[in-house]
Amino acid sequence: MLFALSLILSCQLAGELITRGAGLPVPGPVVGLALLLAVLTVRPSLIAAIRPTVAVILANLSLFFVPAGVGVVANLEILSNEWIAIIAVLVVSTVLAMLASVATFLAALRILEREAE
Amino acid sequence: MSVTPGLWSYLAAAPLTWLTVTLLAYLGASMVSRSLDHAPLANPVLVAVCVIAPILWLTGTGYDSYFEGAQFIHFLLGPATVALAVPLYDNLATIRRLAAPILLALVAGSAVAVVSAILLAQALGLPEPVILSLSPKSTTAPVALGVSEAVGGIPTLTAVLVILTGVIGAIVVTPMMNLLRIRDWRARGFAVGVAAHGIGTARAFAVNETAGAYAGVGMALNALLTSLIVPVFVYWLI
Repeated sequence: MLFALSLILSCQLAGELITRGAGLPVPGPVVGLALLLAVLTVRPSLIAAIRPTVAVILANLSLFFVPAGVGVVANLEILSNEWIAIIAVLVVSTVLAMLASVATFLAALRILEREAE
Repeated sequence: MSVTPGLWSYLAAAPLTWLTVTLLAYLGASMVSRSLDHAPLANPVLVAVCVIAPILWLTGTGYDSYFEGAQFIHFLLGPATVALAVPLYDNLATIRRLAAPILLALVAGSAVAVVSAILLAQALGLPEPVILSLSPKSTTAPVALGVSEAVGGIPTLTAVLVILTGVIGAIVVTPMMNLLRIRDWRARGFAVGVAAHGIGTARAFAVNETAGAYAGVGMALNALLTSLIVPVFVYWLI
């Protein structure tokens, strides 16, 4: 567990240093994700050592989101004034995103299969 | 209340109190979610927030003093984001095999999610901080919070919007795909992973194993892409 945490936190720290150092508008942990992926690709043997800890972290992913979600109490004014428009945007945008994604996936798949024939 | 004032002021101010309340509320919410067979509206985050928020209101506790305790849990969002590299690594073979459909569907879904949210919010006259907070709504929570902060949104508002997006995606996906007669589980799962992150992915796993695996790939790839495209579209459109 200590090794897994050290590796994950090192990747995150490196990610923070890169994004802050270069002034990138990308979150540090996302660069950390890319770095860990690169490390695993170079040294696949590390995966077994970190897998148990990662499984525990990812199984409880929702929990880590609760403190930010409780931030709803800090935004009650915005939400109570604008909730209809906000819900409308979320529903329409989510449906459009799924339609765009599923249509593109199926179209590309069809072209691939036609080429394979 | 029979609790002495001294004891109560200790409880209300101690980080330990709010850390414990957060854990207990989440534990209870998970049990509720499990007993309702993981129905999207019984999402554990949603339920836990609905338990904690009234407690804060009733005790007159501000978000700042709550966060003193809850920050220890909040901190883990960063490492959790990094840890997403593992499921992504596990699925590299799948991604390579279907690289073209996956990458094209990722770009289409991710871009439509961001652009449609910004344009619709502008059309409905929402204030700019809300538009900025809406822009990363389709990506996984830890990434969305970071993106929101980076472009000048309100991270705590984004947190709520991300959860709602996941719940909406999870509720809509199955009836919508059935209505459209789309039977390819790979395409169905991938789309909901891109548009509705972890909550959509959990829903996909509950419906079909293959859909779940592809949803996970969609979610992880969109975590990377959203953080790259939101700053660009925000610069263009706002």
